[in-house]
Order: sequence, then structure tokens, then C-alpha cells
Amino acid sequence: MPDVNLTVDGKKITAPAGSLLIEACKSAGIEVPSFCYYPGLSLQGACRMCVVKIEKMPKLQTACTTTVTEGMIVATDSDEVRQARKAMVELLLGNHPLDCPVCDAGGECELQDMTFSYGASESKFIETKNHREEQQWSPVVYFDRPRCILCYRCVRVCGEGMDVWALGVQNRGVSSIIAPNISAPDQDAHLDCEECGMCIDICPVGALTSGAYRYKTRPWEMNHVGTICTHCGDGCKTTLGVRRCDTGAEIVRGDNRDKSGINGDFLCVKGRYAFDFVHHKDRLTEPLIRKNGKLTPAAWEEAFELIGTRFKEIRDHDGGSAIGVVGSNRTTNEENYLLSKFARSVLKTNNVDHHRTADYPALAAALQGKPGKTASMRDVLTAPAILLIGNDPTNQHPLLAWQIRTNVRLRRAKLYVINSAPIKLRRQATAFAMVPAGAEAKAVAFLAGDDSLLDSLVSDATNRDAWIALREKIRAEQNIVIAFGSELRGQDVAKLVSFAESLTGAKLICLGDYANSRGASEMGLYPDLLPGYEPIASAGKFQKEWGDLPVEKGLSLPEMVEAAKAGKLKALYVLGSNPVGRLGIDPFVLSKSFVVVQDMFLTETANIADVVLPAANAYEKTGTYTNTCGDLQLVKKAGEVSNTKPDFEMIVRIADAMGFDVSGLVPFGSGTHSDMGQSRGAQSGEADRHAVWLEAHNLEPKMTPFDPMAILDEIQRVVAGYDISRVNLLAGNDQHLEIAESGASAIQPPELIVPARDDLFSSGTLGRYSKTLNSVFENKSAVPEVAAD
Amino acid sequence: MASLVSHPDEVRVISKRFGQGATEIDRYLQLDGYQAVQKALGMGADAIIAEVKNSGLRGRGGAGFSTGMKWSFVPKQSAKPKYVLCNGDESEPGTCKDRLIFEHDPHSVIEGVMIAAIAVGSHTGYIYIRGEYRYLSVIMQKAIKDAYAKGFLGKNIFGSGYDLDIYWHGGAGAYEVGEESALMESLEGKRGIPRIRPPFPAVVGLWGGPTVINNAETLAAVPHIILGGADWYAKLGTPKNGGTRLFCLSGNLNKPGVYELPMGYNLKKMIYEVGGGISSGRSLKAVVPGGSSTPVLLPEEIDVAMDFDSVAKAGSMLGSGGVVVLDDTACIVKFALRTMKFYRHESCGWCIPCREGTDWLEKTLTRFHAGAGVKKDIDNIYYLSENMLGKTFCPLGDAAAMPTMAFVKKFRKEFEDHLDGKPCPFEKQGAAEPVLA
Amino acid sequence: MRFSDEFETRFAEMLTHYPTRRSALVPTLLYAQDEVGRLSDEVIAELAQRLDLTELEVRNVISYYSMLTTKPRGKYTVQVCTNIACMLRGGEELLDHCKKKLGVGHKGTTADGLFSLEEVECIGACSWAPAVQVNYDFHENLTNAKLDEILDEYRKKGTQ
Ligand SMILES: Cc1cc2nc3c(=O)[nH]c(=O)nc-3n(C[C@H](O)[C@H](O)[C@H](O)COP(=O)(O)O)c2cc1C
Ligand code: SF4
Ligand code: FES
Repeated sequence: MPDVNLTVDGKKITAPAGSLLIEACKSAGIEVPSFCYYPGLSLQGACRMCVVKIEKMPKLQTACTTTVTEGMIVATDSDEVRQARKAMVELLLGNHPLDCPVCDAGGECELQDMTFSYGASESKFIETKNHREEQQWSPVVYFDRPRCILCYRCVRVCGEGMDVWALGVQNRGVSSIIAPNISAPDQDAHLDCEECGMCIDICPVGALTSGAYRYKTRPWEMNHVGTICTHCGDGCKTTLGVRRCDTGAEIVRGDNRDKSGINGDFLCVKGRYAFDFVHHKDRLTEPLIRKNGKLTPAAWEEAFELIGTRFKEIRDHDGGSAIGVVGSNRTTNEENYLLSKFARSVLKTNNVDHHRTADYPALAAALQGKPGKTASMRDVLTAPAILLIGNDPTNQHPLLAWQIRTNVRLRRAKLYVINSAPIKLRRQATAFAMVPAGAEAKAVAFLAGDDSLLDSLVSDATNRDAWIALREKIRAEQNIVIAFGSELRGQDVAKLVSFAESLTGAKLICLGDYANSRGASEMGLYPDLLPGYEPIASAGKFQKEWGDLPVEKGLSLPEMVEAAKAGKLKALYVLGSNPVGRLGIDPFVLSKSFVVVQDMFLTETANIADVVLPAANAYEKTGTYTNTCGDLQLVKKAGEVSNTKPDFEMIVRIADAMGFDVSGLVPFGSGTHSDMGQSRGAQSGEADRHAVWLEAHNLEPKMTPFDPMAILDEIQRVVAGYDISRVNLLAGNDQHLEIAESGASAIQPPELIVPARDDLFSSGTLGRYSKTLNSVFENKSAVPEVAAD
Repeated sequence: MASLVSHPDEVRVISKRFGQGATEIDRYLQLDGYQAVQKALGMGADAIIAEVKNSGLRGRGGAGFSTGMKWSFVPKQSAKPKYVLCNGDESEPGTCKDRLIFEHDPHSVIEGVMIAAIAVGSHTGYIYIRGEYRYLSVIMQKAIKDAYAKGFLGKNIFGSGYDLDIYWHGGAGAYEVGEESALMESLEGKRGIPRIRPPFPAVVGLWGGPTVINNAETLAAVPHIILGGADWYAKLGTPKNGGTRLFCLSGNLNKPGVYELPMGYNLKKMIYEVGGGISSGRSLKAVVPGGSSTPVLLPEEIDVAMDFDSVAKAGSMLGSGGVVVLDDTACIVKFALRTMKFYRHESCGWCIPCREGTDWLEKTLTRFHAGAGVKKDIDNIYYLSENMLGKTFCPLGDAAAMPTMAFVKKFRKEFEDHLDGKPCPFEKQGAAEPVLA
Repeated sequence: MRFSDEFETRFAEMLTHYPTRRSALVPTLLYAQDEVGRLSDEVIAELAQRLDLTELEVRNVISYYSMLTTKPRGKYTVQVCTNIACMLRGGEELLDHCKKKLGVGHKGTTADGLFSLEEVECIGACSWAPAVQVNYDFHENLTNAKLDEILDEYRKKGTQ
């Protein structure tokens, strides 16, 4: 659209035609205050804070509802305008309780800021204030009516943004009140919703507060660490509020004040509240060694000694192939890479696997050498069309669902859904096609032109014509983003890719379940694939970097279990994974193997281990994560529980205990500045800024073998697609990786993929130890589906 | 049910059929009913609009906007259906005229809606009647049914090939719903929260279609204009203020009632002659000339022609035609308080200045009237009103602010008389006893 | 739940008047209330379901309109207007009189469930003030004595 010229406060500015005056001002660096205006949500014109004077208009106008016109002359800060805003604040304060000293929002309250800016300092009113008791609407949502300024942001973000519509406005006039969807007498009204907490985040004052955070601390007493959520595969950026405590650093709050991430405004219930597993009382804080059949606390040195000795013995005696390694979907790329390297070059085994939840290798294989065919999470927000095959993003990929909804709402993207269940996203869909369970692959073949399958797809829900019309529509789309779940594997993924290639500009997203499933996959936690999906058979590049490697294909996880049963698997090294609990492995089978588990909790797998090492989690370490779309992001240390160690360090320590020269494992020792990691302090924002500065000047210190950044250099050099901008990474920006650069991966047996089936209120082991998540889950009967207007 | 009055100065156009049994369709037909719409069908859209423009008909809902002009804003071509919406929410204190039209001449409203629909190319009309007027909605529903039965509504009306449906719709108690965009929300089954403008209803209205919204009295005048001609109608009134209007005289008068008088009729005469003068021989204290939203006039300000422009010049507004007369026993503070209580109760609550402003004004005025006022309250009341004025989302905020500012400005002394713990100087004398008409 | 046939006929017809189902909501609520006495949880659930709305949406609307109520009321709701025109002619005195006579305050209901009292805003009877509405019936140009007679009539009717 052409640009429009206008004058604001004497400054000549231009803005795209059709833009709102408030946005045009903002782009020109002129801040027009607002309460009710919120980018991306429907316009309200309710708070009247954004009033400005526009020449030739008799009355003050709201900048939030006025579109720019050519030659418009605007004053945003005249006496008249300031007086109007001052009066608005005075009026708001009239009924406001002014309980700032005890309000959670104190210090980060927009009403406070506005009062300060417009100097409504003298109180004009002496009337009694209207009062209402505070209400608890869910385990995590509290509502304090007197503080509410009725900006309706919560109502809109819940309805328009989340498509949940659990909040409404009731009564009228000064009795108007925000109301939850389950009505009950007196104080018992409550919410039945997805508990995302977006309403709390978006509330400009302290009217909606978080049950998980309220009255815990003051905002300025926390450090705020921007990192990545450790739950699902979408990789939302989150800000953790951290405070010192007896055992290190405590995470007291998760929110989304940093809106620069791929998730923009969004966080789901897990991202917002489910960090509390970190401080669960069952958290392991001492190494445990099985003595006389019982796991007994031991010193770190003793544990490393034991593991090192045993691993070495077994490797030297039975060969590396007698050792199995199970990696994690929640550890960082650096750790996964290191584990892959450690297994191959130190343990001399290719028996490496992880809990697979999506067929990334199949996608990599199909896309090899064809760049630009995968979509980033940001692409989903702007794509003109989206095809979703399988999966239920509302539950399994909440951010993806948010991106889709937002795109449909704000840009009118077309959404096509093929699913075996009437998933909630159908409400945004241009067309929804129901398939019999397990027939997703047939639908893909049909889309690709195989008409013989049509009969098997037709049902009452979606008839013949609907299928044909759907195919026509999809074929006509340009630049469509195709997201598919674990329903499609192996050859079916290849088929989908070739169908996508027949469309103009189509891009793909493969949906896997955990925070770093994609990373685990790309860092080569496979028996036959090295980092970058490099087949073990063509290990040349890695041999150069890693030294001598075993070249036969190793055992997959089920094969390792079989080997253990046959007495051939002498040792099993499990990091941040619970195969016994999650994959239903009979623990008895492992009783003859020497089992080492690194974990936060005594999981079903840890319970049968010979040695258990207390691990730090992703909120307690630094590294990178690759989300399910292939967006690489920086994970930063926020919390700390003393006497736990990151998996990275533990791997290095075990290698050391095995007598391996760790400098061959981690290329440390570079850099000009030796502060031995002090500058990467956990809790100090200062330290992090320091690190950014160092990196920008190429002074990044890598002085210890425990510094994951040291191995990132190698990942960047060696792993296809990972040659990213380091400065961008450290600045907290996401970078989309090109899976196409990877090697020609070997096809994986489809049955090895086991979806995690986590939903909004579960998250594997982490979820089980999250009190808040459990309380929220217990509070509801079922995830509601609220009819939209 | 509401009793009728008469006065020789009346010029009966709208009220021509009052008391004539015109609720019955056959009687209505005898009294020239449904002639105008047939004539209109022959005239065509542009000619109708021109006629209404030339008649000088201005909206009787309060704002006094030229009706013909409003109709001309409706786009000729529209992808979405167009609508005509008759505003019969009548809730402005002091106003009780639409009620009489619905009660005595419902078909004239239907006919007005029909002509408006033909003029803008709409095929669907709604007549919205406030919920309290249940008996009128019964009358209206019957009238619509009878019109359908005669084939005046529905497919191919009067054999013209034009299809036209008209439906009744009812409210459930909300003044704000009389505001045109809130009215549409209410008709769509929602809370009566006004809409952001632009777009204006003439372009994007009911269910997104172009919509003409007119007051019931405005629409009831239309058939008369079509039959009698623009010139005739225009000449009944003053320049740019065509026709007659129903004035609702209420308050401390000897002969309150709804009188149809030409636009521009002198207010003083209206009070002393038509309304029979101040009741119980008392003297006039103040007049609210156009419903509770309009600034009060002092006795020395009432020698004014009751048309939109003249009353505006006198510093008030012609509004909805509700003339409320206060005698010298009325307490202005009390009156201001009762007015504000109304707006506080009726504010939709959407925007800060109206929602909070009306609440604080009511609280302050309550305390003030009860004798607990302090001097700075008087300025605060003015300050608050002034800061609401022109800054609210819809005109309800202005409607609350304008009269309040006038009360303070014109009766400051009376406010001061309530200060220092003094009891209300009017309370002792007692309010006027109910007077029978 | 079941409504009367009359309600059902009206409801079915009303739906044909609008392009969206929800448009029938406001008048339907009032008719449902007239029939059931109040907008109970059951009525709300039923109408929400019929009009493709959430119960929350229905409640949002109900709470906006002053004639709609979820609370039980007496058989006759005596609505006394005290707005300006009525006030000038004794509306407030009428209200006081009613309070005394019925022994209840604003929004109160007599013990026998016969009368509820409500102070209301302008009911469009300004030229015939002071006025009172009992349910939907207007009573105008009132005095205390006239109102007494009227209330006695209702009492007679209501206890028959
Ligand atoms: C708060 C408020 C209440 C209103 N109430 C009514 C009303 O009850 N009846 C009415 O006809 N117009 C009312 N209006 C005016 C309408 O918004 C609109 O201007 C009118 O219906 C247009 O019709 P007209 O041009 O024929 O006057 C009200 C306006 C406001 C701001
Ligand atoms: S001025 Fe504001 S609060 Fe008042 S009725 Fe209009 S929109 Fe609602
Ligand atoms: S931001 Fe414009 S009115 Fe609230």
C-alpha cells in the first residue's frame, strides 16, 4: 500500500495507508499512551487515554481507532490532550484501591506509570470507593475487581487470541465486571479454560494475578532471565523471574514480558507455570550408588570413579557394542552432540538412541539438497495458507496453534485440516476433512493424485465432493505451510514432500513432541546416524573430527532391550530420559546390566540404576535448543539447585574418569580471557551482558571443558545446517536452520516412533513433578471446547 | 392508555389520527393510510430522498440530523443486504411521544419504514420498541400482521415487484440501547455497547449491511411528507427545520401532555399557554428544553423558538422534544443529582470517563445534597463534567456532562446554599404535591 | 426444558426474522422470564443451546439489561419511576409510600411473594407523571390514594 504523509507534533512522518494513527506514531518514536489498545486484538476505543488533537476535528480523537490520512496534522502532547489524559487517570483512581504496596503488579503497572506521567497526584475525590472481594477463578488465576480498569484486554486475548472465550463482561456502567465462564453464587464463580494465563500477562494492572506467583516477591527483587521453555517442541521464549535462595537460585515466575521471541505474546499453561518441577522436594541433589541392593548417597568423585571404571572395563572387555546409550529430548544440542561423540569415540559404541516422537530423518532424507523447503515458526504467522495433517496443536503444539489462529484472524490465512478427530483448530479451518484413524497417509496419497484411495477416505463427515474440493483448493495455494504430525512416517513423509514439491512455494514442518526432540535427532542420537543425519557408513567427516569410530550400525532402543534380555548389553547409560516409564520397558530386563542414569528425579528408570547422578535441567544451564520447526535458540541459565550438575559436565567427567583426554572431546582453551566461567554467572544479568559483549568482540572465553559454548564451535563447523550467526544467537534471536544441507539419512523403521501424547496439562516426568500443572489438571474435568460466537 | 390533550395552536400531522382508532388497518386505510407508500413506489428512490431532503425533516431522536441526507449516504450498490431500523427505544427522561405514535398510529410507522426502505433500496426493516412498552409491541405486532395479511408487506408489495419484510423487535431495559450503534448491537442479541465509528451505520450497520436508523417520529412523518409534499411540510416549520414535532410537556405545569406544535414554536408560549402555566400558581425556575440531556434554561432565556438552530443558539438543544418545567420549589442540586443518577444507572460502562465520571458525580452530588458538601466540590463537579465532555466513546457521556455543567454554571448560588452542613433549603417546604391533570 | 406452546411458536417465528440466531436473544429472554418468573440457570442453559451461544454470553447479555433478572421476584413488580418528570410531581413520595405500604425496599419482595418493589428510570410517562408500572401495566397521574387502590386490586387478583 502507498504511504501517507502526516505531521505529528511538528514532525513530518510517513506511514503505510490504512495504518492506525497510534501505530504510525509509535513507528516514528512518538508514544501515545493507551490501556485498551493492544496490537493484534480488536479495537475498543474504551479507555480514551490515546486521545490526540487532529486539526479540523472539533473533538479530541482516539489515536487507536483513527486511520492515518494524507496531510493529517496531529498533536499528541498539547495541554488539552495532557489534561484529558490526566482526567482519565484521575477518574480511574477514583475507584481504584491504591493498594500498590501489596499489589503483585506494583512496579510493573501501567496505571502507576500513567499516573506518574500525567501527574494525577492530587486527589479530588473524597467519596468511598466501590469494593468487591477478591475471587479465585482457578488454581492459577485470581481476580481483584477494584483494581480492574476494564480495558477488556483479558476478554479479547482469551476469546480472539486463544479461541477459548472464557471471560466476559457483565453488568453495566460502574458495576461492569469481568466475569469467568462458570457462574456460581458469590465467590464461587470460576474458569473452565486452557489456563494459559494470557489474561494475567496482558492485564495492565494487578487485577488478574497468578496463583503461582502472587505475594511471593516484588518485581524488582528478581532477576529476569530470557530463555526457552523446556516443555513442548515449539520453543517459546520465556522470561524467568529468579531470586536467590538457600539452595542456589529459585525461579519464582515465568512470563512473557519479552515479546521478541517466536511466540510473540504467547505462552501456554506449561510455559507459564510448569517451571516449578525445578524446586520439587523430590529433586535429586546427591549422586546415588547402589550398595547392597539399595541406592545410597555418595560423593561425586566416588560416583564418577565407579562409572569410569565400569564403562572402561566393559568397553575393553566386551567391546563398545556391549554398551548402550539413551539420550534425551530435553537436553541441549551441545549435550546431545557431546553424548553422540562420547558414545562413539569414547565408549566406542553406535548403540545410541532416544525416545523418537517424529520422523525428522525421513524429512531430512526427502529434502536433501533442496533448500528453502522447511517453514519456521514465524512463517506460520504469515503464510497465506496452512495445511495441517494429523496432530492436535491446541494440545500438543500450543504455540503452533496460536500462530495458526492469529494468522487466520489477522491475515485471513486459509487453514486446511486433515485429522481423525474433530480437533479444536477446525474452528479456524476453511476446510476440515475427517479421516478414519490411521488413514492420514492415504489422504496424502490422495492429495498427491491417487484417486483409488478416495473411497477409503469418504465418510459422513467428509464426503467425496468435499475431498475433491479440498484437493483442488490446496493445489491452488501458493506458499502454503504444511505441518504434519507423527501420523506420517517414513515413505509417507517422502510422499508428502513430493506432493509439496508439486505446489508453488510449499514449506514443511514435522511435528515432534519434546523441547529438543529435533535437536536430539539432528545431533545424531541414532544407532545409524551421526549429527546432521550423516549415515554412520559415511562417517568420514566425523572420523576426521572425532577420531576412530565404530562403523557398524548400532542397536536401536528396542534392540538394546533385547540385547539386555540376552545378557549381551553389559552397560546402559541413560541421560534425561525415562524409557522404563515412558516406553514401557520391563525393568527386570535391565537388572543384569550396569545402568547409569542422569536425571532430576528418581524415575522408574533411575530406580533400577546402579548409579544415579543428579542432573540440572534446561532452566539451569546454557546451550541451544532446536524447536520442531528447526528454529535454533539460546537456552540460558536461570535457576540453580546446588549439588546438581549439567549433563554436559557429567559426560566430560565420566570421559575423564575413563582416562580419556577430554580436550579431544571438548575443544576448550581458546580465547584470550581466563575467568574460568565466572562471567557466565547464573543469576546475574550483568554477567550475561558481559558474555554478549565478549562474544561480539570475539573474546568468548572457553577456558573450561564444561563450557558448552566450546563445543558449539565444533557443531557449527561440523553439523550440516548449524552454521549460524553466533552474535544473533547470543542476542537472543531465533535462527531457522536448513535441514536440506544435511546428509542423505538412512530410512528409519516407522514403528520406532512413539508419540508422547502429552497435552496442555501434562509434560512427561517434568509434568508429574509440577505442582501447579497438577493442581490445574485436577481442577478440571475435561479441556473445554467453548463455542465461538 | 396515555391520555390525550389538545390545544388550538396545535398543527396535527403526526397526531392527526390519534384517538381515531387507526390501530385497525381498515380505519387506517380510510384515513389515507398506505397511500404514501404506493405513491413512493411510483416516485423511485432518488425522488423520495429529494422530497424528504427538501421537506427540512430533521431527526426527532435528538441530534436533528437531516433525514434525507442520512438516507443519501446509503450506498446504492451493496454486497450485503441493506436495512432500515426504526428506533423506538424512547428512554430519554422527559420524552414520551413515540409511545403515543405506537399506541394510536402504528401503521404510520410501518409505512414510514416502508418508504425509507424503498428510498435506500432495502428489503428488510425492523421496528425496535423498548421492553417496557410491552402493550405497544402487541399493538405493533398486530399491525404488522395485518399489513402482511393485506399483502402490503412481503413479496411483491402493491404489485410493484418490490419485496419488503418488516419485523418487530423488543428491548429489555436499557437507555443506552437508544444510541444507534448500541441499538444495532442489541438487535444482534448483544450487550448494548456502541460501535466504533467510522464506519457509520449507513455504510456498515446491522450484520455488516448498510443501515438507516431513524426515530419512530421521524419515520411517522415521512408518509405525510410524501403525500403532502416537501413544500407544504417545510413551510409548517422554520427554515431548515421543517414540519411539526411532538413536544412532551412535563413537570410543574397545569396542563402537561404531548402537543404537536410547529417547529419554531415559542418556548415561553409553550409553557404558559399550551402547558397552562406553572402549576399551583408558583413561578418558573428553570426549563429543560429537550430531554434530560439538554442544558437547562433560565426563565429569562425561554423566549426562544423551539427549533434545532434557535435552541442551540440559546445555549441548549432541542433534543428529543421533552420539555421539563421546574417551579421555584424544585431544588436544582436535587434535580442535578437525579439526572446524574439516571446516567450513572444507564451508562453502558464501556469507556472510562462516562463509567467513572457518572459514578463520581452521583456520589458527590448525593453527599453534597445531603449537606456534607465542601466548597471545592462545586468546582470538582464542574471539572469532572468538563473533562467528560467530548471525551467519551458515545454521546451518553456528553448527555450527562452538559446538563450538569449548566446546573453548576447557572445555579452556583443554589449549590453554595447547600454548603456548611446546611440542610437542603427546599426540603422543608416539601416537594410539590402531585398535581392532577 | 419445556416452555409453553405460545412461547415456542413465538420463538420459532422469531428465528425466521434474522440472519443470525443470536439476534432473537433479547426479546426471547424477556418472554422466557415472563413465563418462568426469572432467568434461572436452566433457562440460560436452554436458550444458550438453542441460540448457539455459551452460557457466559447469555449471562453477559442478561446482566446488561435492567428488566432481565436471574433472581426470583414477586408476582407483581411495582416499578415506581422517580426520574425527573415524575420526581417533580411526587414520584419519590410515591416510592416512599410503597416502601411503607409493602414493607420492602428497592428490589425487595414481600414475604407472601406477591409484590416486588423497584425504583425505575424513566418509563416514558413524563407527561402523565407520576407514573408506576406494575409488570407491564402503566398507571399514571397517581396519588398515594390512587396507588393504594391499584395495589389493592392487584392483591385481590393475586390471592384469588
Ligand atoms: C445515549 C443515547 C440515547 C439515545 N436514545 C434514543 C432513543 O431512545 N430514541 C431515538 O430515537 N434516538 C435515540 N438516540 C439518538 C440515536 O442515536 C439516533 O441519533 C436516532 O435514532 C436517529 O434517528 P433520527 O435521525 O430520526 O433522530 C439516542 C442517542 C444517544 C447518544
Ligand atoms: S459514553 Fe462510554 S460508557 Fe457511556 S454509554 Fe457511551 S460508551 Fe458507554
Ligand atoms: S487506547 Fe485508544 S481508547 Fe484505549
